[in-house]
Amino acid sequence: METVQHKHPPYLLIWVYLALLTAAELALAFELPIDRNLKLVLLLGLAVWKALLVAMFFMHLKFERWNLRILFIIPLPLAAIFIFAAISQKFW
Amino acid sequence: MTHATTTTSLMRPPFPAERGVDAHNLKLGMWIFLASEVMFFTALIGSYVILRFGAPGEWARPGVVLNVPVTAFNTFLLICSSVSMVKAFAAIADGNQKMLKVWLLLTIIGGAMFVSIQAYEYTHLVERGFLPSGVRDGSELAALVANGTLPQATMGLYGSTFYIMTGFHGFHVTCGVIAMTYLFFTKALRGKYTQQDYRGIETVGLYWHFVDLVWIILFTIVYLI
Repeated sequence: METVQHKHPPYLLIWVYLALLTAAELALAFELPIDRNLKLVLLLGLAVWKALLVAMFFMHLKFERWNLRILFIIPLPLAAIFIFAAISQKFW
Repeated sequence: MTHATTTTSLMRPPFPAERGVDAHNLKLGMWIFLASEVMFFTALIGSYVILRFGAPGEWARPGVVLNVPVTAFNTFLLICSSVSMVKAFAAIADGNQKMLKVWLLLTIIGGAMFVSIQAYEYTHLVERGFLPSGVRDGSELAALVANGTLPQATMGLYGSTFYIMTGFHGFHVTCGVIAMTYLFFTKALRGKYTQQDYRGIETVGLYWHFVDLVWIILFTIVYLI
């Protein structure tokens, strides 16, 4: 009988990253006296970073074929276009 | 009987795969569903962004209405449950049925706790006077509106967007907990998942991580900004 040994990504390390990034978000939101717009950009950046860690390592997108990755990536530009188009109404 | 150990890619399991994408039917179906979910949550988040930045006044400052420490703990809980889910997947991929059960049970408990804390949060908010339609007259938050701590003009939008976004997310978490509980009792406990076939765990895991991913975005834009 053959047993198959898999190589797993460092899940616990990713968990530590996610916890630290969450703590950084809270500190940034409530403790650091910085410009509001800069805070907005940094908070969104941290959120995207965390989301990417989940998608890449927990959902294993990093290890999937491009054909499958595209399934998940395709809606993102469509979403960006939707939001941009709606926001730009303000300037029409 | 021969015993041998081979090292293979985690993403190339031993069951039949769809050509091209190299994924089995359940997984491919889940990815297509998740693509539609991206659009669904984008519609909610996009609407929120448009309503908030086009609102006729200031938005309530973070932490005045919502209980951020409790929700931060809830966020951490959901991240932990995502880790336990991926550990359940890793366990059965290595043929360890015992640890599959342990990690899957921890994931279910984490998800159930998340929903319970969210229900507690909603109850507490309603008690303080924060409703989907805005602020209830005579409540604690109405006093904050009266003294200018909270903006009068946008509280209705704030309430409706908050409850719709977090409510739909909570509904997704609840569905995930129900699905995992079903798989736990009907499959995992009975030893039906093996190293040769763990498609159900992989598929429900994808859903669960997606729910975690959405919450990461929602937590930032609803609670921190």
